[in-house]
Amino acid sequence: MKCRTCGGKAAVNMRQHKLALCKEHYLEWIPGQVERFIEKYAMFTRQEKILVAVSGGKDSLSLWDILQRLGYQADGLYICLGIDEGIHYSSESQRLTEAFAVANGLKLHVVDIQKEYGQTVPEYAHRTHRGQTKPCSVCGLIKRHEMNRVARDLGYDVLATGHNLDDEAATLFGNTLTWSGDYLLRQGPVLPGTPGLARKVKPLCRLYEREMLAYALLRGIDYIYDECPFAEDATSIYYKELLNRLENDRPGVKLSFYLTFLEARRNGLFADREQVAAELHPCPRCGQPTSSDGLCSFCKMTDRLGAATTVKEG
Amino acid sequence: MVKIVLRNQEFEVRPGMTLLSTLQKIDVLPESVIAARDGELIEEDEILKDGDTIKLIAAISGG
Repeated sequence: MKCRTCGGKAAVNMRQHKLALCKEHYLEWIPGQVERFIEKYAMFTRQEKILVAVSGGKDSLSLWDILQRLGYQADGLYICLGIDEGIHYSSESQRLTEAFAVANGLKLHVVDIQKEYGQTVPEYAHRTHRGQTKPCSVCGLIKRHEMNRVARDLGYDVLATGHNLDDEAATLFGNTLTWSGDYLLRQGPVLPGTPGLARKVKPLCRLYEREMLAYALLRGIDYIYDECPFAEDATSIYYKELLNRLENDRPGVKLSFYLTFLEARRNGLFADREQVAAELHPCPRCGQPTSSDGLCSFCKMTDRLGAATTVKEG
Repeated sequence: MVKIVLRNQEFEVRPGMTLLSTLQKIDVLPESVIAARDGELIEEDEILKDGDTIKLIAAISGG
């Protein structure tokens, strides 16, 4: 298989694009694509301050790498969840993230959930109804709250996450199976900011997970390969495997599923987003927007602790 | 023989097949992995030779 650009030996073949590229041209092609999506969906400009949520995984570290290569003002945020489970998952993720930041001269903010709130994510999950079977739901709630809080408190214009096309297609698949209208309404490359809620963007949303893995490997990015110990048997992984079976038989079907969804929504498949946004109001404790009466879900959960929060700058 | 390694699993297959045929034989979806030989990424049409050790790196992550 030959590189379409130079005719050399291809390192990566993307069947959905009928495109094979060598290492050199692949490492040029990916940032070019990301730049195209940033502009197409009006995610941010080079004048804006971007906070990249970095987990130590291949996608978020690659996103941070790409944004700095493209010349954007991108700082990192690592949230230490306190997941150990015998493999030191969080401490190893943090070590890799900090090493990446140091090696590339990038600014990294670190929030340690246990230090800030007195308990790790698994401990929180163990004590709450929402996380009794698995901590993933509690983990998601805490991460969303903290990402938004740090972005708001430190004056970032936009929060960027490393969600790739497979993440988006799996989420879409799950929400379609249950026709979760509220979630379908909010899913997309950009979630516009509202008072108290930072704009959220997903610059990798049209790049396959396999493409991002190839990028991380070819760039020599040292990322955490171990799966989160709580992600085993996760529904999202099951959906990804199902979608990959479809993709194997029909190259491009994952991308088409996502893009035709975005188009359908643009054409009025769902209710106007304004109708939903209007129902949000600030949480009386943390000030972040919530749709529930009284405290937001995060503050309800931490109500018993009431710890003050600070952010350590690296 | 050709040795295939995926996380903590190991497979042995006969040489002379393409990577794609090998993945099909061991029931691994090409879309779910990247294959590397001696640290170099290889693609589906690569013929695997006797003595090769192929590392399969799983793409899927998340929870």
